[in-house]
Amino acid sequence: MTDFTLWDIVRNLLLAGRWTVVLSLIAFAGGALVGLVLTLLRMGGLKPIRWLIRLYVDLFQGTPLLMQLFLAYFGAAALGFDVSAWTAASVALTLFTSAFLCDIWRGCVEAVPSGQWQASRVLGLNYLQSMRHVILPQALRLAVPPTVGFSVQVIKGTALASVIGFVELTKAGTMLNNAAFAPFTIFALVALGYFILCYPLSRYARHLEKKLYGAGIR
Amino acid sequence: MTLDFSTLLPYTDQILHGLMTTLWLTAVTTMAGIALAIVVAYLRDGASKGRPTLVSRLLGGYVEVIRNTPFIVQLFFLFFGLPALGIPISATVAALLAMILNLGAYTAEILRAGIDSTQRGQHEAARALGLSRLQSFRHVVLVPAFSRVYPSLISQCIIVMLGSAVVSQISVFDLTYAANFIQSRNFRGFEVYLVVTLIYLLLAVGLRLAFEFVGRRLFAFRQGGSA
Repeated sequence: MTDFTLWDIVRNLLLAGRWTVVLSLIAFAGGALVGLVLTLLRMGGLKPIRWLIRLYVDLFQGTPLLMQLFLAYFGAAALGFDVSAWTAASVALTLFTSAFLCDIWRGCVEAVPSGQWQASRVLGLNYLQSMRHVILPQALRLAVPPTVGFSVQVIKGTALASVIGFVELTKAGTMLNNAAFAPFTIFALVALGYFILCYPLSRYARHLEKKLYGAGIR
Repeated sequence: MTLDFSTLLPYTDQILHGLMTTLWLTAVTTMAGIALAIVVAYLRDGASKGRPTLVSRLLGGYVEVIRNTPFIVQLFFLFFGLPALGIPISATVAALLAMILNLGAYTAEILRAGIDSTQRGQHEAARALGLSRLQSFRHVVLVPAFSRVYPSLISQCIIVMLGSAVVSQISVFDLTYAANFIQSRNFRGFEVYLVVTLIYLLLAVGLRLAFEFVGRRLFAFRQGGSA
């Protein structure tokens, strides 16, 4: 058995950490895109559409992310779709993220006083114009802090992709541990990796929140 | 290929066994986690009056570390890390410990938000009226804070229940472990995971209803009040 120096472990974790970052970015960007479309549909759409989107949000919020990953990976394979761990993890995390962001953003749009809606409609703006010029700019200010805060959940969520064999930070940790057997050091370093990614975002979200409410919005 | 859910029927026992494990893990975690959070909130609340003490810094560090690392890593750290330090730990104990520490940190932060929104003057008034620090914390600070953040608390407990699916990865026989077990026998991945996912959904809905029922009893005196 080869000996692992601390540097070997750190180097391998850093290399795998890249994929944690990439997967987080894919999930967040994809989730934001899908989430935005869902939010817009939900705010204006017909009753059945609103109802369907609500069901979608509740489904993803009410079931374990791990199960969503299993369904996307093993479940899809059992149905005859050949999906890679990359595809399954990206799709599952994107849908998961979109559901949560849709819920957060709906709250932000609803927080804009309804008089703003009525005023812009009375002034002759149609739904999309009111949304684009009146509601969204105001909702956006409210949406930034919780959205940044949720990005932390996305990064932590990518750790579960390790379970379907996606080699990111956590999977690299378990693989290194099988070879080097230094669980205490390795998992402490893995945790440190996530902490370095997440803590600044948490702090930033809290700072934004303080700034927003300190400024006397609402 | 066609879906065939009858292939799950021979495995009802495994699903029930897994369900029971998930349920009792969640029940114990909810109680112990909230108790832990109250202790943490009490110690931090005491310290926040003056300059930050060593205890409050340590507790703050605990909360931040838990909140900014994935649950699965916390679980692996305890399950693989502690035995390496010479502390033997079973999978179930590791799972329970990880879940309690996790819920404790999030709940402590939720409680703190509730405590911060209680007016300082109320606390001072209680002390001036001769209540001890513990009495005033319990009656004046904790209970109102608790009722105010109760909805967030419900959500957090549900998140921990759903997150407990991860303990299957250290071979605790929970609902997810049952799903993996069945999948490895009948190769009906889609059906198994779909059914188990729906069971989790029902659990989440049921847990919310149960919490709301308890909440109505617990905070009945506040209903119709200003808070």
